[in-house]
Amino acid sequence: MATLEEFRAETRAWLEASAPAELRGSFSHPFAGYWGGRKQHGATPESLRWLALMAERGWTAPTWPTRYGGGGLSRAEDGVLQQELRRLRLPPPLVGFGLIMLGPTLLEFGSEPQKLAHLPAICRGEVRWCQGYSEPNAGSDLAALACKAVRDGDGWLVNGQKVWTSYADLSDCIFCLVRTNSEGPRQSGISFLLLDLEQPGISVRPIQLISGASPFCEVFFEDARAPLQNLVHQVDAGWTVAKALLRHERAFVGEIFASSVGGGESELVALARRNLAAAEGPLPDALLRDAIARNAMDERCFLLTLQRVKEDMVADQRPGPVASILKIEGTELNQRRHALAMRIAGPGGLGWQGAGFDERSLQLPRQWLRSRGNSIEGGTTEIQLNIIAKRVLGLPSAGGPS
Amino acid sequence: MSFRLDEEQRLLQQTARELFSKRSPVSRVRSLAEGPGHSEELWRELAELGWVGLAFPEELEGSGLGHFELAILLEEAGRQLAPEPFIASVLLGGMALLHGENAGLRQTWLPAVARGEARLGLAWQEAGSRYDAQQIETRAEAVEGGWRLHGSKLQVMDGGTAQALVVSARLADGGIALFLVESQADGVRCTRQQLLDGRRADLLELEAVQVGPAQLVAGPETGAALLERVLDLARVGLCAEMLGGMSRAFEDTLAYLQSRVQFGVPIGSFQALQHRAARLFCALEMARTAVLAAARCADQRPEKLPELASLAKARCSETYLLVGYEGVQLFGGAGMTEEVDIGLFLKRAAVAAVSLGDAAWHRARWAGLKGY
Repeated sequence: MATLEEFRAETRAWLEASAPAELRGSFSHPFAGYWGGRKQHGATPESLRWLALMAERGWTAPTWPTRYGGGGLSRAEDGVLQQELRRLRLPPPLVGFGLIMLGPTLLEFGSEPQKLAHLPAICRGEVRWCQGYSEPNAGSDLAALACKAVRDGDGWLVNGQKVWTSYADLSDCIFCLVRTNSEGPRQSGISFLLLDLEQPGISVRPIQLISGASPFCEVFFEDARAPLQNLVHQVDAGWTVAKALLRHERAFVGEIFASSVGGGESELVALARRNLAAAEGPLPDALLRDAIARNAMDERCFLLTLQRVKEDMVADQRPGPVASILKIEGTELNQRRHALAMRIAGPGGLGWQGAGFDERSLQLPRQWLRSRGNSIEGGTTEIQLNIIAKRVLGLPSAGGPS
Repeated sequence: MSFRLDEEQRLLQQTARELFSKRSPVSRVRSLAEGPGHSEELWRELAELGWVGLAFPEELEGSGLGHFELAILLEEAGRQLAPEPFIASVLLGGMALLHGENAGLRQTWLPAVARGEARLGLAWQEAGSRYDAQQIETRAEAVEGGWRLHGSKLQVMDGGTAQALVVSARLADGGIALFLVESQADGVRCTRQQLLDGRRADLLELEAVQVGPAQLVAGPETGAALLERVLDLARVGLCAEMLGGMSRAFEDTLAYLQSRVQFGVPIGSFQALQHRAARLFCALEMARTAVLAAARCADQRPEKLPELASLAKARCSETYLLVGYEGVQLFGGAGMTEEVDIGLFLKRAAVAAVSLGDAAWHRARWAGLKGY
């Protein structure tokens, strides 16, 4: 068995020899890469080449077993691979919800035929997946979902609606929570079902946000069909699957989020210098100076807290109570940062389109408006506070001690 | 940099928690004005445990540990609102001698401080300085064989119980120097000032106080930098004390939410109050991060100390006050009574928030450090 250092040397040599020159140095974000799929949206010749090269080695999903198209690497080897990719600042060869959400979930709950049917296609970027969880009447209260699947001959017949489905318009398939039983406790009548979006029973409509275009869509099901074998785990046991998937989602979203925090201070200072016509020295507006320093110090404190949570994770092998504050603190930090940018820009932040605004200033109001959603998506701040109150602080449930 | 406590540090934390809760009940604060401002007996006990000299090197009879360990200790002292003069004697006065230029003073005083026999302090604040230690009106007039000090210093932390104080003064050429002035020296007058949290500070008046080169802690080349460094180290210690106080105040509040019954249920079952408690938890954990980071930084990356000390002090100043305000509100009428402890934490928060620079001052300092 090769040592880690041998693995590193081989990996480095292979990457140096094979990685497309056009992509080297182009890394920007762990989620900025090619999403794959039948529609090949956003594909370029080099991104397709990079995907094919990496998928060939199983390195689009480095730690998955090789029989499902993965690389069969240990965590340590994967760590080395990621370091080597980072060394050349290469973008990930493939990103998407198949890799980060559905794949790990199928590995945990899928049957052998399901794993063989779906995982290799995910690894090769042939099928792009989206997530059908929320519904118009099931937001924070996800278990209220009503999109219904009934047995119909050799398959499932699905009727209902999903909402906030990211990239449904660009995806090929959807993994859904559907109601298969209306009796008994709500959580125990839910199943986890895989559907192909390319069928007459499904229509997709993009959602326009207050900030403009968005990846979010509504998905409508009218007698949509799925074969029987597309139900993951057992009938009516989908809630267990859903919770596991949310864990994978949160782990990843946390990582993405952490990598996007930072750099706020220099951007805000630069914005202030342009808007206050103060090229150097202390900013002449003491209130804005204070607000920028506050934001920068909050940002630093948040990044240090992330580091603290990571150390706890490594040492204790599970997230500690401090992890529960990250969603609230992180999203509100982001919101304050965008609100402050608007305040600094003043009239320069009001432009929506037309003459006299550059691209950067047109982004300001859009980012500011978009940031308002941060404390709603992925578990509202209020739900997070409920969780802290009950699970961390041990406060009694409403209506008396339980 | 790690935020985690190792085995020995956890043991220190546990031992300190037991000792302070046994020897220093929060109720002590109510009668502080009647004594010297701290307990001589407890101070000697702490010295015998090696805790007063915890962060002094072993050759000066210290324990050779760091500011991180000192922060652990101060957090526990803060949980009980214990007023023992760690910050004045160990961090302000002691660190000035330890990091100053004068080896003789260090040898003479620090072992005695570590043994609990002598106490020091730092007189830096003046009527016109607010939080800026470089604003100094106190003069060091050059005379035959040394200097003569003239001026007055405000709110010298535990100044009246110290045997000697490090005093900042302006030289004739504008440079800043630090001198060690013995409390009994001619021309020195210390008058007790009682603060709203029961702690003692002293007004120090210097009238032609004679000092020689033997009492020079730092000359003009290093005086200003030493002053800043010592204040930053003391800020880290003060923040640790504040963290302990706010943690305890929060725990008391949480216990009250669970036990107080209105409308037939514990008030902690009401979502409006649960969310306030959860918000406090978030704020507290962010403050804890800042304090741990600053304490580690004091030991491991002194070049980053100014920004991390300011980060911690700005955070702790706001969070301790927030926890105090919210605590009084959540305790309801009881929170307004002198009998219930939560108000003592609010008072301590108010004083500590201002000591060594308030939140806004530290944000301005941060902006200056970052070049805007």
